[in-house]
Amino acid sequence: MATKPAKKGFSHKKIERNVTLLGALALLTVTIGGIVEIAPLFWIDNTIEKVEGMRPYTPLELAGRNIYMREGCYTCHSQMIRPFRDEVERYGHYSLAAESMYDHPFQWGSKRTGPDLARVGGRYSDEWHKAHLIDPRSVVPESIMPPYAFLAERELKTGDMANDLTALYRVGVPYTKADIEKANEDIKAQADPDAGAGDLQKRYPKAQVRDFDGDPARVTEMDALIAYLQMLGTLVDVDKAAPQERPGETEAAR
Amino acid sequence: MDSLLAKAGGWFALALLALVMAALAVDAPFAVHMVIIALASLIALWATLMRADYQRIARGLLKMPGNEGVYDDDPIRWGVIATLFWGVAGMAAGLYIALQLAFPALNLNLEYTTFGRLRPLHTSAVIFAFGGNALIATSFYVVQRTCRARLAFPTLARFVFWGYQLFIVLAATGYLMGVTAAKEYAEPEWYVDLWLTIVWVAYLVVFVGTIVKRREPHIYVANWFYLSFIVTIAMLHIVNNLSMPASLLGSKSYAAFAGVQDALTQWWYGHNAVGFFLTAGFLAMMYYFVPKQAERPVYSYRLSIIHFWSLIFLYIWAGPHHLHYTALPDWAQTLGMVFSVILWMPSWGGMINGLMTLNGAWDKIRTDPIIRMMVMALAFYGMSTFEGPMMSIKWVNSMSHYTDWTIGHVHSGALGWNGMITFACVYYLVPRLWGRPRLYSLRMVNWHFWLATVGIVFYAASMWVAGIMQGLMWREYGADGYLVYSFAESVAAMHPMYLIRAAGGAMYLAGFLIMIVNVWATLAGKVRAERPMTETPYNAVADRPLTPVPAE
Amino acid sequence: MSYDNLRHFADSWGLLAMTLLFLTLIAWPFRPSARARNEEAASMIFKDDEHG
Repeated sequence: MATKPAKKGFSHKKIERNVTLLGALALLTVTIGGIVEIAPLFWIDNTIEKVEGMRPYTPLELAGRNIYMREGCYTCHSQMIRPFRDEVERYGHYSLAAESMYDHPFQWGSKRTGPDLARVGGRYSDEWHKAHLIDPRSVVPESIMPPYAFLAERELKTGDMANDLTALYRVGVPYTKADIEKANEDIKAQADPDAGAGDLQKRYPKAQVRDFDGDPARVTEMDALIAYLQMLGTLVDVDKAAPQERPGETEAAR
Repeated sequence: MDSLLAKAGGWFALALLALVMAALAVDAPFAVHMVIIALASLIALWATLMRADYQRIARGLLKMPGNEGVYDDDPIRWGVIATLFWGVAGMAAGLYIALQLAFPALNLNLEYTTFGRLRPLHTSAVIFAFGGNALIATSFYVVQRTCRARLAFPTLARFVFWGYQLFIVLAATGYLMGVTAAKEYAEPEWYVDLWLTIVWVAYLVVFVGTIVKRREPHIYVANWFYLSFIVTIAMLHIVNNLSMPASLLGSKSYAAFAGVQDALTQWWYGHNAVGFFLTAGFLAMMYYFVPKQAERPVYSYRLSIIHFWSLIFLYIWAGPHHLHYTALPDWAQTLGMVFSVILWMPSWGGMINGLMTLNGAWDKIRTDPIIRMMVMALAFYGMSTFEGPMMSIKWVNSMSHYTDWTIGHVHSGALGWNGMITFACVYYLVPRLWGRPRLYSLRMVNWHFWLATVGIVFYAASMWVAGIMQGLMWREYGADGYLVYSFAESVAAMHPMYLIRAAGGAMYLAGFLIMIVNVWATLAGKVRAERPMTETPYNAVADRPLTPVPAE
Repeated sequence: MSYDNLRHFADSWGLLAMTLLFLTLIAWPFRPSARARNEEAASMIFKDDEHG
């Protein structure tokens, strides 16, 4: 609407007869809102609160996250707990912006056909997850989730994970040189306890090292997905995190 | 001859390049896609070499009129066919996954038919394939008529049509194989996005080129809406899909933005895919086809000026209402809410402008089923643009978000507004494009109208109830101070609602199938002998002046 | 230019300016002098109608 100078004698007729003018003014009109809303998110520093414990995904977790995306899990599961009493009680502490700061793309979701998964890590055993993914109704009779038995049968083929970590590094995820070099070994190291984790847990604090799918002979897609699910929401000690918001705001929201 | 050789050589080189990339691909889906691109290039090569022949075959196949006419209507005829084809495919996919939610066994234990993979297929097929083809076809039709000029760059116009179909095929097959950027309504991966960008720029060139060579000084209002739709979608598509491929020979890429910034960019895109793809573009259809079918000019041209600028200015701001109470900063949420509520005004201004066009011709609702569809489309537009601002109020959103209410809202807009206005426009276009006296059957249009309307009512009502049930069950506390329901109990409670929803969707699809039969028969040149729609009786005896009675 | 300054501006002068601009722009197309031209524009789709 900042498109029509109030100058005397100017008429909308001019715009109606000049396609370049019409197109340029329309483009100008539609850019304003986006610039005002999105641009400040990149420079207002209290957009993302400072927390301890956030780290990039390990290559195995990242591979699991890629499977989560591939299967479209976000179409039914959110990863964003809102600050309401019932949600906090059901799913855990409300989600902080910092917790998805390395998520390219974000997976907050928009629909809960199934429950929120932002803090599902550590809530169930690996065995439960495996049984649930293979046949959801064997553990939750009311479930309407599709079965994902093929994940357990399929060897995890990620290609060269160094490529993936490099791509993420280029868009701002602080992977180190060592992380990128060891990307492929790290997958094996995390999913196979006998292989020896090396310095994996030093580079990725709180990384969980074990055989996730009960099949130590090989690393399957099931390993990767469960490794991802089991780390969701476990990195930040939310009670220690000091969100920079006015006190009482979340109380009111409840 | 030289240019023919150059063109053929170009297609051949492209096919070769695609095959080489298929051989070097780092993942299987990427290889499959490169083979599809190679095949498409070979088909283009064949079409280039067999030019005249292909035209004849196509004409025979689609029963197109022999002479070309004063306007370049071939791409529009193709577009109408593609609209109907993808519409049925996308809605059938929707019905299938709706049934899966009621009966999970229908998944058949296949990875390719899981809800997660078919849902993007459904949304993309109905929005981008059905809606997109309708928009491209009608925009080419309207821009020629309102500019009184043939399409600029006819070859490029054909490239736009076929390139867009290739985009759809790549996106759809990608979803089935699990190739996805995992951002709603922007799921295609980086190379498919690049391809769409090329096609879209070609679309802009054809559209603007036609306006430039117009023989009418004034640019009609429908064209403003089409133009803003094309330009804005280009901007949204490019920014939201910025990403870093893991390998130039693989399908995987990582989004340029992360977390909260990515979330707002995505919903800035997502909401304006609704605002510009499904609203501005379809309003352009309204501004041309409603006046034409009603045979009277639009109610207020001045209102349409205000409608245009305020709608495109306000829509862009509304994205944050998808992120209420999330980790998005509070100020952005509030801004999004305020603009969403204000947006109600231009939306209803536009609806009133469309409806009041019928002022003085309201009887056509009774006699003309196409007008009836248009009116119902505008009514649903009004309903969903009232419901939308309401749901974007934070207090309402705290309950409606994450529930099926959102699904119901989207479908009352998509089935009611976009679907109905598209059907009406196709019914308007088919006899004119194929040179038929009228549609095969207007009574079948009437059947379509009622099946669709009742189907939407079932759909929206069941999802509204389902959403409110979910919202209330999730937050219900017992006297003991504990949550009453487990999540699984809320899932089980949805079963009847999901059944009713699937029934509503099935009715809507059934109406669509009736349309296919009707259009197919019209193309075949048949005209059904049927009683006319109007039932106003004519009494010839009463139709005379009163005879004066002589005075005593 | 902190968040608070921006917010203060947006809630006061910014709001006033937007409201005035909005009202001006709404009123503007309804100038009486624009009527004839708009009516002509609205009817243009019915001229020369034999090609659908």
